[in-house]
Amino acid sequence: MLYREAGQFKTSYARDWAIFPIAQDRIVILGLLAIAAVAVPVLSNDYWIGTIFMPFLVMSMAALGLNLLTGYAGQLSLGTGGFMATGAFAAYKLSTAFPGMPIEAVFLLSGVVTAGVGVLFGIPSLRIKGFYLAVATLAAQFFLLWLYNKVPWFTNYSTSGVISAPPRTILFTDIYVTGPQAAASTKYLFALALVAILALAAKNLVRSSIGRRWMAVRDMDIAAEIIGIKPLQTKLSAFAISSFYCGVAGAMWAFLYTGSVEPLAFDINRSFQVLFMIIIGGLGSILGSFLGAGFIIALPILLTNAPHLLGLDIPVDVVSHLEFMIFGALIIFFLIVEPHGLARLWQILKEKLRLWPFPY
Amino acid sequence: MSATGQDTGRRIGDVVLKVDNISLSFGGVRALTNISFTVREHEILSIIGPNGAGKSSMLNVINGFYHPQEGVITYKGQARSRMRPHEAARQGIARTFQNIALFKGMSALDNIMTGRNTMMKSNIFAQALYWGLGQKEEIAHREHVERIIDFLEIESIRKTPVGRLPYGLQKRVELGRALAAQPELLLLDEPMAGMNVEEKEDMCRFILDVNDEFGTTIVLIEHDMGVVMDISDRVVVLDYGRKLAEDVPDAVRANQEVIDAYLGVSHAA
Amino acid sequence: MDFLSSVFVEPFVQIGQYPLFFVEVVIGGLLSGVMYSLVALGFVLIFKASGVFNFAQGAMVLFAALSFAGLMEHGLHWSIALVLTMGIMALVAIAVERLVLGKLVNQPHIILFMATIGITYFLDGFGQTIWGSDVKVLDIGIPQTPIDVGGVFINQFDIFAAVVAGLLVLVLAVFFQKTRVGRALRAVADDHQAALSVGIPLKTIWAIVWTVAGLVGLVAGIMWGSKLGVQFSLALVALKALPVLILGGFTSIPGAIVGGLIVGVGEKVAEVFWGAAFGGAIEDWFAYMLALVFLLFRPQGLFGEKIIERV
Repeated sequence: MLYREAGQFKTSYARDWAIFPIAQDRIVILGLLAIAAVAVPVLSNDYWIGTIFMPFLVMSMAALGLNLLTGYAGQLSLGTGGFMATGAFAAYKLSTAFPGMPIEAVFLLSGVVTAGVGVLFGIPSLRIKGFYLAVATLAAQFFLLWLYNKVPWFTNYSTSGVISAPPRTILFTDIYVTGPQAAASTKYLFALALVAILALAAKNLVRSSIGRRWMAVRDMDIAAEIIGIKPLQTKLSAFAISSFYCGVAGAMWAFLYTGSVEPLAFDINRSFQVLFMIIIGGLGSILGSFLGAGFIIALPILLTNAPHLLGLDIPVDVVSHLEFMIFGALIIFFLIVEPHGLARLWQILKEKLRLWPFPY
Repeated sequence: MSATGQDTGRRIGDVVLKVDNISLSFGGVRALTNISFTVREHEILSIIGPNGAGKSSMLNVINGFYHPQEGVITYKGQARSRMRPHEAARQGIARTFQNIALFKGMSALDNIMTGRNTMMKSNIFAQALYWGLGQKEEIAHREHVERIIDFLEIESIRKTPVGRLPYGLQKRVELGRALAAQPELLLLDEPMAGMNVEEKEDMCRFILDVNDEFGTTIVLIEHDMGVVMDISDRVVVLDYGRKLAEDVPDAVRANQEVIDAYLGVSHAA
Repeated sequence: MDFLSSVFVEPFVQIGQYPLFFVEVVIGGLLSGVMYSLVALGFVLIFKASGVFNFAQGAMVLFAALSFAGLMEHGLHWSIALVLTMGIMALVAIAVERLVLGKLVNQPHIILFMATIGITYFLDGFGQTIWGSDVKVLDIGIPQTPIDVGGVFINQFDIFAAVVAGLLVLVLAVFFQKTRVGRALRAVADDHQAALSVGIPLKTIWAIVWTVAGLVGLVAGIMWGSKLGVQFSLALVALKALPVLILGGFTSIPGAIVGGLIVGVGEKVAEVFWGAAFGGAIEDWFAYMLALVFLLFRPQGLFGEKIIERV
């Protein structure tokens, strides 16, 4: 009854093309943002922020990135972990080489650096597609990780191979946002702002001409070229922008979430994790990136705690194997039952709700 | 349906596309052999011929998808032997496909909007910011696209994903996407295949209107001889990759070689 | 300068000084390449017959090896364990066909590919849940000691692996060319619809192919398992079969073998002679980078067919 669009007329193309054309959606999303910005830091403790909300934000960013590339532009990548690592190490090198650089610039520039690397590894996409490309992106995954592991320059010659975020403050303030002095809630709010801004930018991109070009290439690349879409530019722009997001996600991981990181955190399983997020959340959906990230972050926490709640005693390593099984089964389940993922289920729910309680 | 080009008073202009001695083969298979013909400004030219005559290959050569081994294509006075399809599109050549080649995951509106892509210039940052320049450009193009939607009478389906549309409407959306590019030369590959009589009449009307109102030059592949003879200014007949005839419809109809090809007289003879 | 010399000069000096050692490295590479070929074979079989790029082949290798080693740990004789494992792999094949592939008929290839990633995770988790994640020692009685062949030392086990791989290819060739099922398989590989229309039961064929791929995986798993121990890292070894496929082409059995040999030799030689210059462990990525560079020049692989695109 509450979810009705009757009486909401659109009198301009701008209104018709708003991100949330229906007033109720706008209210819900603003409400969620308000909760995320006010209620979460006030009500939850550092543990909750550290184990649930921060990884959720970081992985949402990565999922957004991969979804732009795979969900929108149709280029499958298994190199997400490598690109996240690039972002993390770029942020480290930038912030240590130029201590005066504002932390905001560090995040954006590490995204830009990753975009460059992404373009480099995206070049084969011009000649190959599908799983050929997926294998090619594995090269990025393994090579980049090896690079950060083996070349000591990237870790400033640290013996452990671990990089730690230097302490930095938010621009024009003296509030620490990275390093040991930074409060969990500060980091969280900073991450939230980054994610909100970049998610909005992603939404704008996919509803503009560049997004349509990506989708055209995804749906039928030959026809796309024949109507004048340049395949080179389109695919590489998808790689660049996707890698930008993954790079920022990697920088967030190292600087805001864990504070210090080694390349191993971005191994091939990280790439698969992000891929699972967008499959379960919904390929080609901005909202789906968030839903998928939330689902994949929450599931292991549930699985670890559920046996205790049920009074069962399952060893930790078995739980982690069960997790593998459940992830695998879920992926197959979603691909069979709802290839468009949670986002599509949400949409169906909304359509039902629109007619409820009189479906005819 | 009876209006032939000459009757409407449309002025047929100079040669806009000259196909000169084109040969194309795949491996050892010859698809086209020494084909030459011309297309004049504002005319409707039909290419006909039995299945496998090389009609679609001919269109693919014109818009740069296939590169012929021999011969030159002169478009708007510029000779070229190799060109990428997206360059052809930028020079004002648009086309539709025999097997519909729409972007299945997108709405009809978005599909037609992709036809405007060569004209959309705002950069990535303007698009990411959206409000301001990006939005202004989007809306300007939307207005143009809405006129095409009106013209093709598909207002009610503009937000429907094209994968869910029936065949006839998909063909219309595809025509819309080609028109959105404001092409000077429009290549239509069997726009009426698989349609019933009413749908064919609609499509004929659209084609004639496009030709009439926008002065678009049209090269058309079609199997329905009634339609071809009615709407074409001139007809090119292909058979086994060779040109049999190039003439006005009535002359083609009377051509003995063409009749033989269609009645299946032995080629060895 | 040091770096340039260690890349462009020293390795060649080394090769010139110790040619026998170089030969040894090459032969070692060839023989470990055979092992990659074994895994790649399974991929090719499934790809040829069903057009599915089976990312789970590596997981099948691991699962087969885990089952075999696990059964032997329970005191079964190796022959009984082998037969039982073959049965298990057949069950896995049928389950995959019934529960996954059968439900995804007519989906885009990329969806099927992602589904096999799901299968990978499921099998990895399933295998380790049942058999545990400790490293299992698998001893099939072939010594891992090198023998002297005309001044060149070659590992006996590697020779054994090469012989097994050769036999396996031979058996597969006979199976494909001479049997009725093999003929049906080739028909399905050519065209699903046409095969269906002449009465070839597609589902049965798929189950058979997956079983055969599972058995090939079992052989690969036993070989790799007895070399490295049966553990999770086997799944990563199997990933190396992917660049092998890119080199060889997805549809070619000779391609899988040649590709495996190239990757095997390439990464061994690179690691031994150039590894030091780059800080070691370049085996981790060498095969992938080789494949990536190769893709730029010949996307269809060495033996793959050139794709002509149509509209």
